[in-house]
Amino acid sequence: MLVLVALSATSVVLAHDPLRQAMLASIYGLVLGILFFVWQAPDVALSQTVVGAVALPLMILLALAKMRGGEE
Amino acid sequence: MSDRVRMRVFAVAGLGLLALLLWGLWGLPDFGVYRGPYGDILNRIAVPERSTTDVVTAVNFDYRGFDTLGEEFILFSAVVGVTSILRGLRGERARAPEDEAAGRRVPETSLAIRVTGLGLVPPTILIGLYVVAHGHQTPGGGFQGGVILATALLLTYLSADYMTMRRVGPTWLSELAEGMGAAGFALVGVSGLVAGGAFFENFLGKGTPGELLSAGTILVSNFAVGLAVTGGFALMLSEFLQQTLVRRSGRQRRARRA
Amino acid sequence: MSFLPYAVVGYVAAIGLYGVVTSRNVVHLVICLSVMQSSSYLLLLSIGFKDHASAPIFADVPVGTRAVDPVVQALTLTDVVVGATVTALLLALAVQAHKRYGTADPRELRPERR
Repeated sequence: MLVLVALSATSVVLAHDPLRQAMLASIYGLVLGILFFVWQAPDVALSQTVVGAVALPLMILLALAKMRGGEE
Repeated sequence: MSDRVRMRVFAVAGLGLLALLLWGLWGLPDFGVYRGPYGDILNRIAVPERSTTDVVTAVNFDYRGFDTLGEEFILFSAVVGVTSILRGLRGERARAPEDEAAGRRVPETSLAIRVTGLGLVPPTILIGLYVVAHGHQTPGGGFQGGVILATALLLTYLSADYMTMRRVGPTWLSELAEGMGAAGFALVGVSGLVAGGAFFENFLGKGTPGELLSAGTILVSNFAVGLAVTGGFALMLSEFLQQTLVRRSGRQRRARRA
Repeated sequence: MSFLPYAVVGYVAAIGLYGVVTSRNVVHLVICLSVMQSSSYLLLLSIGFKDHASAPIFADVPVGTRAVDPVVQALTLTDVVVGATVTALLLALAVQAHKRYGTADPRELRPERR
């Protein structure tokens, strides 16, 4: 499980295209949420999944859409 | 500083940081051996004392309610910051949509997405309210439930278009929710002072643990925080959305008229 | 096995820092910053873990059961929410910077350019 966390973190950093990175960040948030659940912390797992896998990639995608929309 | 020099400086600094971190972490007790006394004390006394079965929520809203007040206001000021930073670009709305690429149609949302999205909104709202209300008994609480409720608003945008979301959740409503939630939470703390105890003292009557109406002020502050977080996240998301989509609604209207 | 969580914490922090330093896009930079912050969540939670213990929720188990530390969980909860809001603020700044200067490359966004 921890190895999965390390792999996801590496992949998030090494992806240079922000669009791809948003999806990888969502997966990373989900993997962290599962890890927190395995470590007997359900409150934190719920919060991390809701924030890190839904709200955060959403904001990244919206920021990217805004930046790209300005170039048209 | 050119790239190469920067990489070299970072290699030295990064490896040094890693070494220092690992050396510091080596001194910690083994994973799985817990020595500190506070966790055990809290686990033993929180349930009978505050009659809540979720000890983490009790710590967040009762024993360390002051930290949650600070976090609430960090959320508040971040939302204020986002709206004030992105509001400077409002002048673009005055630009006429004709100088965009003419004749470009924005595809309408397909029926499948519409039905699924709109069908999911009521259960999401229900789940969000459930998580907020049962924060003192099962895992959950104000923050988690608040973000779930904010995503219900976003589902409305995804399944219908931007104007429908505007009608369902107007900006003044989100702002009102956020302000009232933050003020409500601070008021809970102050009323603890007024009722003759410490700041954030849990002074309301506590029922038996395991029932919905128990745990005193924790229930009230859960609702206040849920309200504030919903308003805050809805405001932030709609601020980001507004920038990308004001132009889009202009195009859609022109395409429908054509 | 007993040192692995702490090793992962150090690794995630270091690789997040590497991402911040060698970033070519401000959005990529902000995401790597949030990855660095998540290493602190890992550290907090792994300190409070007890072997063969269950979650600190006593809704259906009797009060005396062996449970994990709830204080660090409350701290991590606060940390997660604050991290998300700070990232949102930084993204708004990045959008505004791209609007004003036309570039999303942090190496170009230097003060002496304007």
